[in-house]
Amino acid sequence: MMDRLRPSFEEGGKLHAFKSVYDGMDTFLFTPSETSKSGVHIHDSIDSKRVMIIVVLALLPCMLFGMYNTGYQHWLACGAKEFPFWELMAYGFLAVLPRIVVAYVVGLGIEFCVAQLRGEEIQEGFLVTGFLIPLICPVETPLWMIAVATAFSVIFVKEVFGGTGYNVFNVALVTRAFLFFAYPSQMSGDNVFVATKPILGLGGTAPDGFTGATPLGQIATADLASGAGVTPIGLDGVAIDSWQSFLGLIPGSFGETSTLCILIGAVILLATGMASWKIMVSAVAGGLAMGAIAHACATPLYPMSFVSPLDQLMLGGFAFAVVFMATDPVTAARTETGKWIYGFLVGAIAILIRTYNNGYPEGAMLAVLLMNALAPLIDYCVVEANVARRRRRARVLTD
Amino acid sequence: MGKPLRIKRGLNLNLSGAAARPAGIAAIPMAEPETIALVPDDFTGMTPKMDVREGDRVECGTALWHDKECAEIKVTSPVAGTVKSVVRGERRKVLAVEITPDKGGIAKCAPGNAVGDAEGFKAALMAQGVWVQMRQLPFDTVPAPTGVPRDVFVTAWDAAPLAPDMALAVEGKTGMLEKGVAALKKLTTGEVYVGRAAGSGIADIAGAVMVDVEGGFPASLPSVLAANLKPVNKGETVWLMDAITLARIGQVASGEGVDWTAPVAVTGSEVTNPHYVIAPAGASIKSLIADGLKKQGHERVISGNVFTGVNVGADGYLRYPYTQVTVIPEGDDVDEFMGWASMSPGKMSESRSFPGHFLKNKLFRPDARLNGGRRAMILSGQYARYIPMDIMPEHLVKAILARDIDRMEALGIYEVTPGDFAAAEYADASKLELQRIVREGLDYLRKETI
Repeated sequence: MMDRLRPSFEEGGKLHAFKSVYDGMDTFLFTPSETSKSGVHIHDSIDSKRVMIIVVLALLPCMLFGMYNTGYQHWLACGAKEFPFWELMAYGFLAVLPRIVVAYVVGLGIEFCVAQLRGEEIQEGFLVTGFLIPLICPVETPLWMIAVATAFSVIFVKEVFGGTGYNVFNVALVTRAFLFFAYPSQMSGDNVFVATKPILGLGGTAPDGFTGATPLGQIATADLASGAGVTPIGLDGVAIDSWQSFLGLIPGSFGETSTLCILIGAVILLATGMASWKIMVSAVAGGLAMGAIAHACATPLYPMSFVSPLDQLMLGGFAFAVVFMATDPVTAARTETGKWIYGFLVGAIAILIRTYNNGYPEGAMLAVLLMNALAPLIDYCVVEANVARRRRRARVLTD
Repeated sequence: MGKPLRIKRGLNLNLSGAAARPAGIAAIPMAEPETIALVPDDFTGMTPKMDVREGDRVECGTALWHDKECAEIKVTSPVAGTVKSVVRGERRKVLAVEITPDKGGIAKCAPGNAVGDAEGFKAALMAQGVWVQMRQLPFDTVPAPTGVPRDVFVTAWDAAPLAPDMALAVEGKTGMLEKGVAALKKLTTGEVYVGRAAGSGIADIAGAVMVDVEGGFPASLPSVLAANLKPVNKGETVWLMDAITLARIGQVASGEGVDWTAPVAVTGSEVTNPHYVIAPAGASIKSLIADGLKKQGHERVISGNVFTGVNVGADGYLRYPYTQVTVIPEGDDVDEFMGWASMSPGKMSESRSFPGHFLKNKLFRPDARLNGGRRAMILSGQYARYIPMDIMPEHLVKAILARDIDRMEALGIYEVTPGDFAAAEYADASKLELQRIVREGLDYLRKETI
């Protein structure tokens, strides 16, 4: 069928304006029959589509858990005592579906226009980005904000640099950062992390004046002077312990609350070799180190410093950022030594910002973006070391 | 005993269609090509000026063309016969010189005089067409006539998929190899290094530094040997060659006629009966593939191996420097639904996301498809895994693409040949044409700096 349709998309055909989409669909459905013209005669079966789809696969546990947790938090907010599994899932699904659709429609729409302008086939890079965006946004983020933020980051972070593979910053994270800085009143505080209204008759309405602060938000604003501890309280009024923050049945951005599901994703990424274990390991080490330092010098001025290093890793978006954001190969350090440094700094800076900046209780996003900017510098130093080694060798010989 | 060298980064692919190794060279039949051809493009760095015309009678060792810059450097006929045609392309560029060999078997070149001093030896190498069989670093070209090599690196094995066993080609020639080494030592200020597969049957060669190499492709390339033993610095020159050329150098040095035949492995999944055959350089592919092809669809006939070889088609010729023919499916007639999602164990891959990766003993039958679209470099560190040299391949490739000469030099372009990038090109998820990029970079640099 695709072969039959081809003529109408070629130059002069009726549907030529959609050639990039046709090419994209054709290569999506059928492995391209293009054979090698120069160089090696056989190629590995891996291609970037496979890479992207495996990342999406690794994100699926987080997505599914996010649906359940959204429903669960909503039921809690409404004061329910029983939690019917499928209703919770359906509620979460309906809550996230419009966000996924908006992210993909806006992002792919822009990609399509750009691909058509450049005369290229539409590429699969946004497949992952569009899946990530709903996962890292609070569930109550208005759809139009997601649309604006996605458009901004796809155009100004990706396409102006040349498209997939050329961007300096992680596109999904910039979307999140754009939301945070452009709409601070809507995007932080206590009102966006838990869904409070029924969707298509599912769920109930949370009581007026309901607030659902994230654990990090609670800790950051904890009033230690009044004798309160730094243990956050769940919507059910029970203190959130480490086990719960590991499982993830806590308020937070849609898909990043469950450290368990993120770990499953990490296992998928590492087993298939799609993400760098060096970055993950060093980022965790960096987070633990900074957490330990902060914990050792705990001061009531910064309530977060009372949280144990291990809890620091499990709360908020740290784990998600380390596994899915910091390891984005395009924006991370590309040299092997560089990956160790890059990862360590991502982890350390995330905890540093989170602990010592009460104004913004989540540092992982800023840490990754900051290190995205510094990754080329780290690589430059590593490459220069190689260059210096070569120069030294030449000099020894001429002397 | 040689010096051990273990190379971890590289690739061992199991392809179907290997030729069974015969007991010895005596057991290999002789091919009788009706035509042979030599291709000027294979001798990078030479500008050909023709010495023969259609219908000319040539003997084994008669010059076919010489280098425009240095008339002493010649490419000679490997057989006695008649020039069938000088095939020309656009702007009268010579594409190939075809020769019809005399009936009654391929003979060795006539013996000459043994050469004494270095200058006489050098002139004999050039006149008898053996000089052009060597390559030099930097630039991976025919060695410049004035250059004095710091060292010479010889490879006596081939780690490419389905490659012929080079021990067969040098069987019984240890004496010639030793004479070759002794003669080369007159031309170099350093050593002659010979790399062989650890455990191969190749005997120690007196006068050479023997290196027992372990590892996957490109570990067998002489440039990789150089990079791991004594990397090339700016301003230095080293010579690279295989053991077959070294034996021919020995023949030139001792005044024995050069033997232009070698055992050729006819391999690949589409060959009915993979086998060895002895053939002269430039033999027609038709004369080598005795029992023909399986004809299961479109096929690709490669002179050489699947990594660095040349797609010559069934009517093509054995090209320099290969002693291998590989025939694989072309694959342009295959419709594969959602291949990127496939979990088929038949898919060959270095990625752990394919089950085929774990089937270490399975023989694969890959075709020539790219298996994906061309992309920007997305995954990082992929190239370095298959290039066993102390260079930053990703950054070097980017410097080449940017035509940034200072950066290319700083990142070690003088140490590499396009073949070093072949395994990385195979594994690349972004399907970039690394060998072409590197070749163009080397040519650009040579043009700008010489």
